[in-house]
Amino acid sequence: MTGKPVLEAEDIVKDLGHGAAMVRALKGVSLSLVPGELTLLMGPSGSGKTTFLSILGCILTPTAGSLRIAGQSTDRLSPEELADLRRKHIGFVFQSYNLFPTLTALENVRIALDVRGQKGFPAANRAEEVLRDVGLGYRLKSYPGGLSGGEQQRVAVARAIASSPSIVLADEPTASLDSENGHAVMALLSRIAKEQDRSVLAVTHDPRTLSYADRVVRIEDGRIVGEERRPEGLDAPEIADLTKRRKAHG
Amino acid sequence: MTLTLAFRNLFHDRVRLTVTLVGILFAIVLVAVQLGLYLGSSYMITAHIDHAKADLWITAYGAKSFEDGGLLLTPRERHQALATPGVKAVIPLIVKFAEWRKPAGGSTRVVIVGTDAEDGGLEPWALVDGTWEDIKAPESVAVDRTYLKDLGINGLGDTSQIATGRVRVRALTDGVRSFTQSPYTYTTLNRARSLIGVDGERTTFYLVQLEPGADVNVVQQDLRGRLDGAEVLTQEEFRNRSLKQWLFRTGAGVALIGGALLGSLVGTVIVAQTLYSSTKDHLNEFATLRALGSSSGYIRQVILMQAGLSAVMGYILGMTVALGILVLSQGSVLPLVMTPGLAFWLFTLTVGMCAISALAAIFKVMKIDPAVVFNR
Repeated sequence: MTGKPVLEAEDIVKDLGHGAAMVRALKGVSLSLVPGELTLLMGPSGSGKTTFLSILGCILTPTAGSLRIAGQSTDRLSPEELADLRRKHIGFVFQSYNLFPTLTALENVRIALDVRGQKGFPAANRAEEVLRDVGLGYRLKSYPGGLSGGEQQRVAVARAIASSPSIVLADEPTASLDSENGHAVMALLSRIAKEQDRSVLAVTHDPRTLSYADRVVRIEDGRIVGEERRPEGLDAPEIADLTKRRKAHG
Repeated sequence: MTLTLAFRNLFHDRVRLTVTLVGILFAIVLVAVQLGLYLGSSYMITAHIDHAKADLWITAYGAKSFEDGGLLLTPRERHQALATPGVKAVIPLIVKFAEWRKPAGGSTRVVIVGTDAEDGGLEPWALVDGTWEDIKAPESVAVDRTYLKDLGINGLGDTSQIATGRVRVRALTDGVRSFTQSPYTYTTLNRARSLIGVDGERTTFYLVQLEPGADVNVVQQDLRGRLDGAEVLTQEEFRNRSLKQWLFRTGAGVALIGGALLGSLVGTVIVAQTLYSSTKDHLNEFATLRALGSSSGYIRQVILMQAGLSAVMGYILGMTVALGILVLSQGSVLPLVMTPGLAFWLFTLTVGMCAISALAAIFKVMKIDPAVVFNR
């Protein structure tokens, strides 16, 4: 751990559905995120990882348990207050990019600043700066329809970090990408965590992403079943080999 | 950015935008025409009352409008009025339906307006050919050029017959339309009496002019006390009574206002439908905005801006068409009227209509679960 946690989830329980159709998706999950780390939340489909991510992103509220974002408890906050918390502290990267098809790459980033009250030239300059930072300086005026999947996801990453949130939550960021673009996006997320000292949590079941993780948290059937941390001094790609070796030894 | 997003959302689907604009255009044109006709009718109904130089009108008891006074007032009422403190002048005015016999055969109804211009009460205000002096000549009348064809004549110098008296058209007015579709025919007071066959000095109205500084209400009360069989109305009261008679007792105004309401309703429904379906199509984007932390107010702003942009574009298109219709109607017997007030009211109506239309879309968006962004 490199610092004070910016996100602390404790014993999170989440029931989905009602009555006989009710399912307990999360059964007491705890997790902390610290700045400067890229954490992967891995698990099979239906393990509850996206539900957990939604709760960490203040989009869903937990049935039980507590969540603190930047020291502030989310308990009993209204939807507007939760939106305010998201605005201030959290950036999202979605599996399907969720870009606005009618806006250019630059405008897609600007709108994330706009909802935070950052407008005019400073916002435009910041959006351009972030897009250049993710390697899309040549695509500022392009619409999502004219971008490749990898480029779209990089726009989404730029949108997520434009307002300098302390936490970036990514939902299957490589799922819609080919190998090359998948690696590029993960490298970008890893760089964001390191160079900009943010907490990045990526939900994934893509093994290609392992090599970029500082920490891997495994979830199955609504419970955390394991956690691995990259040993000090080990290069990022080596964690993948380490994980393989551990699996091989049971 | 809200304006940009609203604008792009609108123009993203041009077919739907076209449907929206056609809906607003239809509503604006319908409402503009209906209310333009209403205003035009109102002007026609009250034109003579508005142009008469009278502080008070003495009418026969129960006179419902300018054309409905009968010939019941006698010089006795005039003398009683003249004896009232504060009254400067009491000017007789004759208004009566009569039969106009066309030179080539057939007849039509006209409204004879008998007035002596030198009295300073009422004179035709839109003379374009001939003068009031011409009307004083024997057998002379003035009619409006809009109705020449209806009257079976071609213009100045043509002769015809009203009841049993021969008349010659010596002057023409322009734009003095009649709500009853019976053209106004102006002549002198005595000739009007002669044409209609009135005994003595009976008249339809007395126009009362007050001394400077006299209180209208006080004089009105005084006159009411003195004139048993007549009514004394202020200009405003007589206007309202005439409007009530023609627009509401006959149902004409109700039909016009009903048409305007129907237009607003249809426009609102069309805009609401297209805005709602547009919002539904962009629901995931709104959910993304919500996930990004936008307030509900921000999203409401986007939808309202979409509605506002539709309103402005629809209004411009609608008013362009409505003004075209207005220009075309100017030569007709029932011209439309557009005033700055009506134009502003129509704009307010359009914005209001679009804002109401946005409500359904806003309700839909407010129910979005931002978690859907993870399910796409």
